[in-house]
Amino acid sequence: MSITQILFWFLSALSILSALMMVTSRNPVHSVLWLILVFFAISGHYILMNAQFLAIVNMIVYAGAIMVLFLFVIMLMNMNAETEPQKNKWLKMAGAIGSGTLLLVLVAALRDSELRGRTLEGPEGTIGLVKQLGAVLFTDYVVPFEISSVLFLSAMVGAVLIGKKD
Amino acid sequence: MQLLSTDISLILEKFSIIVIVVLALLGIALYTTFAERKVAGIMQDRYGPNRAGPFGLLQPLADGIKLFFKEELIPLASNRILFILGPFIAMFTALITGAVVPWGSQLEIFDRTVSLTIAKPDIGILYVFAVVSIGVFGMMIGGWASNNKFSLLAAIRGASQVISYELAMGLSIIALLFVTGTMNLGEIVTQQMAGGLGGLLGWNIFMQPLGFLIFLVCVFAECNRTPFDLPEAESELNMGYHQEYSSLKLGFFLFSEYINMIVSSAVMATLFFGGYDIPFVDETALSAAWGNNIVAILGILMLLSKIVFFLFLFMWVRWTIPRFRYDQLMDLGWRKMIPLALANMLITGVVTLWLNS
Repeated sequence: MSITQILFWFLSALSILSALMMVTSRNPVHSVLWLILVFFAISGHYILMNAQFLAIVNMIVYAGAIMVLFLFVIMLMNMNAETEPQKNKWLKMAGAIGSGTLLLVLVAALRDSELRGRTLEGPEGTIGLVKQLGAVLFTDYVVPFEISSVLFLSAMVGAVLIGKKD
Repeated sequence: MQLLSTDISLILEKFSIIVIVVLALLGIALYTTFAERKVAGIMQDRYGPNRAGPFGLLQPLADGIKLFFKEELIPLASNRILFILGPFIAMFTALITGAVVPWGSQLEIFDRTVSLTIAKPDIGILYVFAVVSIGVFGMMIGGWASNNKFSLLAAIRGASQVISYELAMGLSIIALLFVTGTMNLGEIVTQQMAGGLGGLLGWNIFMQPLGFLIFLVCVFAECNRTPFDLPEAESELNMGYHQEYSSLKLGFFLFSEYINMIVSSAVMATLFFGGYDIPFVDETALSAAWGNNIVAILGILMLLSKIVFFLFLFMWVRWTIPRFRYDQLMDLGWRKMIPLALANMLITGVVTLWLNS
């Protein structure tokens, strides 16, 4: 096995394990920390494909900013394992059946899709570097890019408006 | 086995550089604590520590031993695992920032060219940002897990402060990137070395004076240094987020602050002050005359002296300017720094476009 393969299996195992731990943890703060570990593992996968920009932005935005906000809310609301409301047994079962069905549909839909058999970008790929990504974003995908930036701007304006006192 | 065919000597080389950088960071941090107390002493017209060893030089060792042998207390109501994890994360994130800083050009040892940077990713600056934003977790987890209202308040203050000032910092960096055109820290240094007067006129501080000022203020806020040391404001919060900590875990928190200072000084020197560039000296001509290794070592010493200058600046400001109030801090960050950084970014962008077309 090459180093890339070893890292791939390690990161995959890590991300799945920490995702499971995140769902099953009783303490919400522990859940957030496991989720951060999931983001780290996913960033590692991006680095294996040499998508450096994506990896680091994933870390700054998700693991850094958004998870800090999650922690903020959880810490201020003082949610502990003891105060967690016990959910109804039927509700739990409905949730399990619902998500199982979603998994089934996803697998069935992707089973014969074109994505199968396509090789991924290898460790020598350059498409994920900042220069290439910027060039693609500002030429081929300039309209979606600008539309999403307008969306962000309106979200920001909305946040400022809500934050104002009157 | 492909694994065995990889370059073992490369791994050894990188490993030894990592060990040297970590040890050097810890060593400098040890003596920064001493320097801080000495500088404070001089500024307040007193001696400072002068009992242990000649000029008190053994004082940091004595402090370290004291912290080491103190009783290790973990509050009963705390979350045990996270309580231990907090200082660990703070220390870890402080140390790994040094991975992308170019500490020097390259040395030639036994026919091998050894680069003095641990890693040279394309996204150097963004890596520093990512590590800084992860570093908040050390403070937050430590403060929350202590199960003390003062610690929690301090942790929340600290986290919101770091997030707020990260924005202005990022905007000032964007303006710098317009000038350099690359995020690779090594390339940024090489570009600056090409300027006039032996590299001095190429330093980015002359291109981005306002950007540097914004960056400097934000670094003070990110490192929780006075005048922005609100997470540790002892008059309001007792001791801040490390209130419940004792022994070596407290030492980790205090130490990580000093390591953060050193690494951010190195980043400032690299981005705005030419990194390991020696002013008034043409490095290529000098290395032809004296050999590469000597010039490389001189470069490392130059970077170290720049770092020492910034460390002194940190202390100078600490013992000169009183602490901000929390609302003043937020006002400065959101209403002054961010608009200023945006204006700086716009002007830089327009001028760069105008000059390039």
